[in-house]
Amino acid sequence: MTDRQRQIWIDRAAVTAAWIAALVFFFPIFWMVLTSFKTEGQAIQVPPLLIFEPTLENYLEIQERTNYAKFAMNSVVTAFGGTLLALLIAVPSAYAMAFNTTHRTKDVLMWMLSTKMLPAVGVMMPIYFLAQKFDLFDTRTLLVVIYAMMNLPIVMLILFNYFREIPKEILEASRMDGTSTFNEIRQIVLPLAWGGIASTALLSIILCWNEAFWSIVLTTTDASTLTAFVASFQAPEGLFWAKVSAVSTLACAPIVVFGWMAQKQLVQGLTFGAVK
Amino acid sequence: MAGLTIRNLVKRYGDVQVMHGVDLDIEDGEFVVFVGPSGCGKSTLLRMIAGLEEISDGTVSIGDREVNDVAPSKRGVAMVFQTYALYPHMTVYENMAFGLRQAKTPKDEIDRRVTSAAEVLQINDYLERSPRNLSGGQRQRVAIGRAIVRDPEVFLFDEPLSNLDASLRVQTRLEIARLHERLKSTMIYVTHDQVEAMTLADKIVVLRDGRVEQVGSPIELYERPANSFVAQFIGSPQMNFFTGGDVATGPAGYVDGDTLGIRPEHLIACDAGAALVSGKLELVEQLGEYALAHLITAQGSEFIAKMEKPPAEAYGDTLHFTAIPERLHVFSPDGLSKRG
Repeated sequence: MTDRQRQIWIDRAAVTAAWIAALVFFFPIFWMVLTSFKTEGQAIQVPPLLIFEPTLENYLEIQERTNYAKFAMNSVVTAFGGTLLALLIAVPSAYAMAFNTTHRTKDVLMWMLSTKMLPAVGVMMPIYFLAQKFDLFDTRTLLVVIYAMMNLPIVMLILFNYFREIPKEILEASRMDGTSTFNEIRQIVLPLAWGGIASTALLSIILCWNEAFWSIVLTTTDASTLTAFVASFQAPEGLFWAKVSAVSTLACAPIVVFGWMAQKQLVQGLTFGAVK
Repeated sequence: MAGLTIRNLVKRYGDVQVMHGVDLDIEDGEFVVFVGPSGCGKSTLLRMIAGLEEISDGTVSIGDREVNDVAPSKRGVAMVFQTYALYPHMTVYENMAFGLRQAKTPKDEIDRRVTSAAEVLQINDYLERSPRNLSGGQRQRVAIGRAIVRDPEVFLFDEPLSNLDASLRVQTRLEIARLHERLKSTMIYVTHDQVEAMTLADKIVVLRDGRVEQVGSPIELYERPANSFVAQFIGSPQMNFFTGGDVATGPAGYVDGDTLGIRPEHLIACDAGAALVSGKLELVEQLGEYALAHLITAQGSEFIAKMEKPPAEAYGDTLHFTAIPERLHVFSPDGLSKRG
């Protein structure tokens, strides 16, 4: 076999492996969507059915029995609210750390990230009591604050890295031009790091959207998000697979569509063309 | 417009001192070039004048005003950066107008100033383009334009040509010289390129390790370098140095232990009897207009002679040279010129 032929075989093997990996990851989602269109009887049939007459009854029943729109709205408000709050805190902090770096900056970042290593359940009780004390239990406000705090370390770390890509001379030039710190952030840093900020925001929104632990622990009815909604379908009598699949599909669909639409906007359009 | 006075300027980073009490007077309208090898502190000095580096000790005054604690934008200086540092998300027009907008200048005044600066620099056709779509030379003009519109008392250039290719560098150098002729502003220009320094400067400041080695006009530095560092730094190819046994009979004032400096262009071929220095021919570089003969003395010191025509001798033959006394430089063992 020549080197060229060997290379072709290696390429084919790699492509095949990638396809297999992709299918393995995609299969559960495919199966969830498929099951959501079966009847409860078909859903637990062994061997599983691949060909069947699809039904919308699960979706209709969910629509009748529950208020999907309310949960979805809670998810939207808490995901976007938490992300916005995290960005409001992270942008000035990341600016300070990226452009006034000291030899302790790395330690500060590491310390912030280390809070992510703490299991959430470890702070469950204090947060639970604080929520009750401040009369915030089962409110969107509480989830917004919790989500912002939860994502803050990661948002900060990513923004810090994006900001550091901005050449220092550009900020110095703006200082020579007489900008205030506020204008420097608003007119120079934010536009230049826009792609990075948008993709950081998207990541944060997805993390908030998929968050289940705090949503289940800290809400009962008013502020529950879609993840709590899915969890609520675990009835004591057992699982209704078809309905749970339908609910899960409804919970995933908005963020998948949103991510797919945003993806095109997220291609970082701004290259730093002014600096060689 | 204004001159600049620097008194006992010191810069420390923690415990490390990088500027050691620099004193300097720059006249109104003068074109001053800071030269020195990398790490000599020339850029730091410029950035301290600009206000981008804090002053650890000493004073910087522009005109009669001490500016140590004045914000960069209020010092009446404008800077052109080595990397141009244009705002990539703004058009050329917006780049030039940005500083004026920060200062809340009226719109028609901004328009007038940007348009006139663009005309001077011949960039009026690119005003609506983004920096990304400009060549290196055009970007450099925009960066200069951004400085001009602010109508500063002092222009600061930080190695503005080092990102340009050779032919563009020569052209832009001429344009900067013309600009100075036209605006008559005080300009301070940092470079490590001694050709830029020689061609542009009214006054050259040679720096080494955070200290001023010599201040003078280009011709003064060339003809009367204060020490062997300046002698070596100014002039290309650099000055040859001969010690001890290299020199047949030294000029008046030359004693044992001194170093004799002769520039390659001042060596004159002669007979063995009249020779001041002699060396074995190692290599000849033919440059058309002139030739550079690389030689080595019996003691092993390498030197270069600039000759009108390549020597007839073969490699390995010994050549003899002399020079007129006025062209000789004698340096004492501490490196200082004995000419005073």
